[in-house]
Amino acid sequence: MSSPVSALGGASFSEGIARIDEVALQGMITLRGDLSDPVVQKTLKPFGDGDLPAAGEARIEADRGLAWMSPDEMLVLCPYAAAAETVAALQEALGDAHALVVDVSDARASFVVSGPQARDVLAKLCPVDFSPAAFSLGMFRRTRMAQVPAAIWPRQDGALQLICFRSQARYVFDLLSVAAQAGSEVGMHVQG
Amino acid sequence: MSTRVSTGGRLLNKNSELAFTFNGQRLTGYEGDTLASALLANDRMLVGRSFKYHRPRGVVAAGAEEPNGLVNMGQAGRFEPNQRITTTELFEGLQAESQNHWPSLEFDVGAINSKLARFLPAGFYYKMFIHPRPFWKHIYEPFIRQSAGLGRAPKARDLDTYEHYYHFCDVLVIGGGVAGLQAARRAAKSGARVTVIEQTPHWGGRAVVDGGLVDGEPVDKFVEQIVSELETMENVTLRNRMMGAGVYDHGYVLGYEQLRDHRPDMPGPRHRLWRIRAGHIVTATGAIERPLSFAGNDVPGVMLAGALRDYLVNYGVAIGQRTVVVTNNDDAYRCAFALKEAGLDVPAIVDARMHETPPAALQRAQELGITVLEGHAIASVKGGKRVEGVALCKQEGTGDPLRDIACDAVAMSGGWSPVVHLWSHCGGKLVWDADQACFRPDVDKAPTNDSGQPFVTAAGAANGHFQLADILEDADAAARAAATAAGFTVRKSKGPQALREPEAPMAPVWLMPAQADIKLRSKAWLDYQNDVKVSDIQLAAQEGFESVEHAKRYTTLGMATDQGKLSNINGLAILSDALDRPIPQTGTTTFRPPYTPISMGAIGGEARGEVFQPLRRTPMHDWHAAHGADWEPVGHWRRPYAFVREGERVKDAVNREVLNTRRNLGLLDASTLGKIIVKGPDAPKFLDMMYTNMMSTLKPGKCRYGLMCSENGFLIDDGVVARIGDDTYLCHTTTGGAERIHQHMEEWLQTEWWDWKVYVANVTEQLAQVAVVGPNARKVLEKLGGMDLSKEALGFMEWADGTIGGFDARVYRISFSGELSYEVAVPASQGLAFWEALMAAGEEFGVMPYGTECLHIMRAEKGFIMIGDETDGTVIPQDLGLHWAISKKKEDFLGKRAQERSNMTDPKRWKLVGLETLSGAVIPDGAYAIGEGKNANGQRNVIGRVTSTYYSPTLECGIAMGLVLDGPDRMGEILEFPGTEGATFKARIVDQVFYDKDGEKQNV
Repeated sequence: MSSPVSALGGASFSEGIARIDEVALQGMITLRGDLSDPVVQKTLKPFGDGDLPAAGEARIEADRGLAWMSPDEMLVLCPYAAAAETVAALQEALGDAHALVVDVSDARASFVVSGPQARDVLAKLCPVDFSPAAFSLGMFRRTRMAQVPAAIWPRQDGALQLICFRSQARYVFDLLSVAAQAGSEVGMHVQG
Repeated sequence: MSTRVSTGGRLLNKNSELAFTFNGQRLTGYEGDTLASALLANDRMLVGRSFKYHRPRGVVAAGAEEPNGLVNMGQAGRFEPNQRITTTELFEGLQAESQNHWPSLEFDVGAINSKLARFLPAGFYYKMFIHPRPFWKHIYEPFIRQSAGLGRAPKARDLDTYEHYYHFCDVLVIGGGVAGLQAARRAAKSGARVTVIEQTPHWGGRAVVDGGLVDGEPVDKFVEQIVSELETMENVTLRNRMMGAGVYDHGYVLGYEQLRDHRPDMPGPRHRLWRIRAGHIVTATGAIERPLSFAGNDVPGVMLAGALRDYLVNYGVAIGQRTVVVTNNDDAYRCAFALKEAGLDVPAIVDARMHETPPAALQRAQELGITVLEGHAIASVKGGKRVEGVALCKQEGTGDPLRDIACDAVAMSGGWSPVVHLWSHCGGKLVWDADQACFRPDVDKAPTNDSGQPFVTAAGAANGHFQLADILEDADAAARAAATAAGFTVRKSKGPQALREPEAPMAPVWLMPAQADIKLRSKAWLDYQNDVKVSDIQLAAQEGFESVEHAKRYTTLGMATDQGKLSNINGLAILSDALDRPIPQTGTTTFRPPYTPISMGAIGGEARGEVFQPLRRTPMHDWHAAHGADWEPVGHWRRPYAFVREGERVKDAVNREVLNTRRNLGLLDASTLGKIIVKGPDAPKFLDMMYTNMMSTLKPGKCRYGLMCSENGFLIDDGVVARIGDDTYLCHTTTGGAERIHQHMEEWLQTEWWDWKVYVANVTEQLAQVAVVGPNARKVLEKLGGMDLSKEALGFMEWADGTIGGFDARVYRISFSGELSYEVAVPASQGLAFWEALMAAGEEFGVMPYGTECLHIMRAEKGFIMIGDETDGTVIPQDLGLHWAISKKKEDFLGKRAQERSNMTDPKRWKLVGLETLSGAVIPDGAYAIGEGKNANGQRNVIGRVTSTYYSPTLECGIAMGLVLDGPDRMGEILEFPGTEGATFKARIVDQVFYDKDGEKQNV
């Protein structure tokens, strides 16, 4: 087996008002099921540190966690190398419960937008209130980024991380680089 | 002449001189100037020519309402026409050229139109050019287009960048004058998130020019203090150089921020379009002064009184040395006072009113030694390219001149109209205020939100309050209403108090003099930019254009780039008078966004160049690019059409790829094919509904080609379905169909069969898929090793999981080419590595990558259909002879009932056949077969059309498929297909499977 590569091989942009970094491959598993089913909840809770995120929320620490995607869909984050075994473990824990577990790690690309202007850069592309009060740690937002779908969450380190489809990674990276172009400060949600 | 004076100029930095050019001439101004104030400081009164009559025109206004001062600005990639000089901030090196004249601004041949004005009345173009009808398209329109128009269209690519920004606030205040600032402060104290946007670079609006006392302090001090207070408030955002362009449903507002227009040398985007969601909106957009309609009111040097005052106070520019003020209200007296204070001459104030008791303003004028002529009017303005004097007459009369006054400027004021545009954009209604002769917002009919509550409140002058004291009081009330509506509590406290000055009522004066004769009315301009005169509106009324919307379009009143900011009220007053009905009955035309034109770049935002459209790229995309891919867009994907080698034409590459794949080995990047997982105990039942064929009987480990129809019976997608387990399937879709079919499935599951236990997931992008095709396909995979792919181990239409060459792989033995073929799916992150491994291992077997055109030719040679070629949304599977894929056992499937309708079972529906040209040539795509006779339109009847057509390198001739009337029953018959260039193609109807009819090659 050859070593897996991310969509852009770790591209980065640093000549603007925020830093853009493609994140190394991240384990991502889609779980669709009845989130109120005790079996489903029990299966998921360990990934959320004993807790399940509510609508619009995530429990993410580094490369592990849970993100609420829709009323019957949770995204499980795990180290990339552990994706296959995690799929198997989830399936086993679910037993006969009606659910769909599928590895989507390779279907996605992920970027971190960092620096004091990170929120303003994303606010140029997504119809989301990125003020720190409205979009705080623990939140997770599926939205539109210019012309493609994306999901975004704030990280402990103050940066914002997002995921998009792998085929659109180049578009998203180029978009972020344009939005972060030098001289384009907005001065609304400046942090740090 | 207009000059810079030593007093005034509060916005200027006189230590910073800036050089610019106008029509190639080098001029200077100061930092803080607008292009208009800088031109006027240099005595450039004449700034352009009018649209229709090419009349000399000067600056009339000092703000966004300016109709005349439009110029071409910049060069090449920074060229832009129709830039408004009154809102263009001066910068070093600015280059401007006046518009709409030839050969020069001073001498313009087109001005002959002005002499012919009598023959160019309203509706002239409609009347003159209607007959003969064909002339319009070929002669009149090209000619009119040539002679019309203001600025030049830019030719070079725009060098600037643009962006959007999404913003959210509780209260949005549009307008940073005293009303907006006071409203913002009041609302902000409730804790609401408040944003104030102001179109100019300065705060305080008109109040700073007009003066007054607030809480005993001069109003400019009040503005300074309130701005610095707002700047310290964390919940307040102040943005200037940002216009409220439009108000839309649900508190959505577009803000147009001009970031670099005043300093184009700075890096960064030029404009930013703010897409704002506000809980409540306060429109504190002020008011616009109206011109008076008298003969020659367009001669350069005739200016709105407020604007003349602006130039004096803000920019230290005197428009004239001797200024006659003409007015129907007290406000214009301020202009005379300001001029006097600056040491300039005011020979007379021509006041159309008659006062029984002299108002305070009149008394003050007399104290200053200014002659006030009551009940007087301007009969005409003397001068052509600049004002030389005025002839006066009685306002009540036909305009018999009484006396002349020599002057070089005229300050006119016909009263003020609240800027109600933003209030009106989303449905706010207006009432006619007879006392002030203006339309103002009807507070009982505000734009309403989703719960029927008002979401816009007008404040200050925009709400019809023109006295400083009233403006501040109204702003305070508006802020309370806005904050409360946004869910905040406003504590009661006293607002700032302004000194109330006594004012005499204004008198509506729509024509000067009141009974002006036709000669005067034909020189009294309403719409400067589009050259509409009082006489034109009267003619329109006379000709029956009674609706204001019709009169507007007939005369073009208010249709220029300024959208009638100065002319609309005056125009509809004239129309009402002509029709002898009250103004409110005539009403206004509709106000539509944007308030003033915004750049196309700002609307497009970041979407240009590389990010104009989201291109989707497979994991092997860069490899393809490096190996000569000639791209074909498929949805948002880019797929290689062919891999073109050095010295090869694209069609040579296609033919080479077809022959090599049939003889040796070809690789196709099939990653774009849709892959949807369907899982759950009800998955078999669900897929039986989604597909026309039976999927519940498919055995795990097997594949089946399936057809999907809409509920109307039409074929919408096809693909191979693999049964992964008892309750799990993987459905392949077409490249363009992945998202659509995923959504289609979700929709049926969520809305119709919500109680079925099925989940679906789109895993298209998780997997890279390679079609390994040709006689050597098995050899290359066996060389990489890891799986038994023999005929016995993996039969046709079977799949298996395993590893190939170390890659985790799922192998489908399916064929869309008729050759021995495997489609191998690997994780996307290893797609490129797998592709390269196949290329390396395949070298000894003659491997070549192939593109979509080769794919198409090979499938056509085999008679396989392609969604989008053989189907177009009106084709059902039965048309394509696909009865074998339509289950007769199933009780139901999507499209079943629709396919039983009479039109679908009509034997006369065109059916799919193969077409073989007699000459071996290729029939043009989409060509029609002609039948006997003609239809009702005199066209030849058609009996079929080509759906796919190619040159087959395998068979060395043109092959085609088409839908033909009674096609399958007419085998061997010859059809005629007229081509596009006179040639007619004759083709024989044949079976559509041209190659390997028995399917032996894929079964080896």
